[in-house]
Amino acid sequence: MVQGINLALHEEMQRDPKVLVMGQDVGVNEGVFRVTAGLHAKFGETRVIDTPLAESGILGTAVGMALAGLRPVAEMQFSGFSYLALGHLEGHCSRYRARTHGALSVPLVLRMPYGGGVRALEHHSESREAMFAHLPGIKVVIPSGPRNARALMTAAIQDPDTVVFMEPKHSYRAFREDVPEEPELMDIGKAHVVQEGSELTVITWGAMLRKTLEAVSEVQAKREASVEVIDLLSISPMDTKTIAKSVRKTGRCVVVQEAPRSFGTASEVIARINDTALMYLEAPVGRVASFDIVTPYFAREQNYFPGVEDIRRGMIKTLDY
Amino acid sequence: MTLSSARRIELFRRMLRLRNVELRIESLYHEDRMKTPVHLCIGQEAISVGVCAHLTNDDSVSSNHRSHGHYLAKGGGLNELIAELHCKESGCTKGRGGSMHLVDTAVGHMGSSSIVGGGVPIGTGMAMAYKMRGLARVSVVFFGDGAADEGVLYESVNFAMLKRLPVVYIYENNGYSVCTTTRERQAQELIFHQVLPNKMWTQTVDGNSLDAVNAAAATAIALARSGGGPSLIECKTYRVREHAGSGVDRTGKYRDPAEIERWETHDPVHGLRADLLARGLLDQKGLEAMEAAIEAEIDEAFRAAVKSPLPLDEDLTRYVYCED
Ligand SMILES: Cc1ncc(C[n+]2csc(CCOP(=O)(O)OP(=O)(O)O)c2C)c(N)n1
Ligand SMILES: [Mg+2]
Repeated sequence: MVQGINLALHEEMQRDPKVLVMGQDVGVNEGVFRVTAGLHAKFGETRVIDTPLAESGILGTAVGMALAGLRPVAEMQFSGFSYLALGHLEGHCSRYRARTHGALSVPLVLRMPYGGGVRALEHHSESREAMFAHLPGIKVVIPSGPRNARALMTAAIQDPDTVVFMEPKHSYRAFREDVPEEPELMDIGKAHVVQEGSELTVITWGAMLRKTLEAVSEVQAKREASVEVIDLLSISPMDTKTIAKSVRKTGRCVVVQEAPRSFGTASEVIARINDTALMYLEAPVGRVASFDIVTPYFAREQNYFPGVEDIRRGMIKTLDY
Repeated sequence: MTLSSARRIELFRRMLRLRNVELRIESLYHEDRMKTPVHLCIGQEAISVGVCAHLTNDDSVSSNHRSHGHYLAKGGGLNELIAELHCKESGCTKGRGGSMHLVDTAVGHMGSSSIVGGGVPIGTGMAMAYKMRGLARVSVVFFGDGAADEGVLYESVNFAMLKRLPVVYIYENNGYSVCTTTRERQAQELIFHQVLPNKMWTQTVDGNSLDAVNAAAATAIALARSGGGPSLIECKTYRVREHAGSGVDRTGKYRDPAEIERWETHDPVHGLRADLLARGLLDQKGLEAMEAAIEAEIDEAFRAAVKSPLPLDEDLTRYVYCED
């Protein structure tokens, strides 16, 4: 996935001279996860900017650059540090367009590694997509593999609104996948049906997709269950249509999220199912998630993040209801 | 740079216009037809006028909640301002933003942030964009002493110095953040006065003197335009009115009435008017004609604003995202 995102950055910087990359250690050092590898060497320090350690300054400056005609891609080294910049997402990115009735907008990408995967506690491992998605006017996307990461990043850079691009660091180097020669563009706001099925819908995103697919194949191996899997990809706007269509067909649904259980994206998915498919349900919609606590220290991490077994159990419970 | 007589008179006219606009807003505010909190800049007119006099429409301004002066001085439309205060469709943001979020992109007024300090990195980023795009534009950031308490000022100015950005920080130190004095909140004068001049040129001026502001702004803006990097001008001034709304509280609740009176005798508009009259650059008749034209313009702006329609209810949820 690191290479997929990196490829999109190279392609977009090549295509459009207005695109630039900025953040802590993104230039000469090519980013702590090497997502910005090769950019500094190729495009130079004017377009690949090593910034001071100042999250609020980084995003606030990026807002000004976007208003003045550039297309900044700003990095937060870890999503846990983005809270210092939240004021600008809330105060400017989310509302410039509405506040000026379309006269001005803030087309920038705020990218950040998030979620478990480096066995570090708290801010280095948490999932706060719901917090960003709660802001009107902000788009929030999460890729699940190299190919959609590249296509989503391309779309995010070309998007006329602010896009928060959250990179599940657990998937950064988890697996390989071929990407096409030509740049791909993905519609932001569209979910992807990863596998079709007729008895249960499992909805997830980010690093949980791989665990979910593992759990699904275990369940399918043990019993004749036909499971549909949806990769949300875009947290906001959310693809209610695809969700509704699937749940109306299967009548059962489990939502799997890495984030804490309450007030999260899963809750929103379930609310939308209530709005659009309630009468088709044969069981309450299940939710597999982390506990409502901060991400614990690594030795206890496996008790915190939903594992394959948790997902499997969640599926069985809903299937047997 | 000293001002020619003609230029001085013209800048006085702009200050007087701004003052009279604020006075009119103040006198009609109780009617409750202006549906927005207002932060009047009465007593601070010399700053926005003296600075913006050096800017073209390509240069930009990043403003704050006390924004009427920045907006009008930059050339923002008066009719659109007054309509905006009335939440009307003909307002500068079509009745969506209100007093604290004025925008007029045609003249380079790229927005005000109601988040104190919010406009500081934005104006810094615009300067970064001008530099990267090879444009000879200047970005001006207006901020108050309250914003000077915020950490993002440090982040922004540091970045501007580092990248030698064409940005001019105009620090309007009016002595108060709402009810708390600058001295009660800041341990010493702004730290950036201590940076080396080759990193950033800074100066402190009497913000109630058009000539002083004008001279410092001329230096700072020329510096920015010629690649000389950022600069900061601290304009010492005073917020004569209350933090928001109309009127002056002279009960001594949080500030000494004598302090208010002292500053009222150092009023930027009255001072300049007396000076122009004393020098014979303006006579009573000329002054009356000037004021009459301004009043007529303001009358018309209010008339038009009241007549303008409210935004359509159907539009309430529009422009959350791009609609093209
Ligand atoms: C981040 C933030 N904190 C608090 C406020 C509430 N507030 C609005 S204006 C203001 C005072 C700002 O003082 P200053 O920057 O000196 O500007 P002045 O009002 O004196 O022109 C405060 C506290 C706000 N809008 N934003
Ligand atoms: Mg103040």
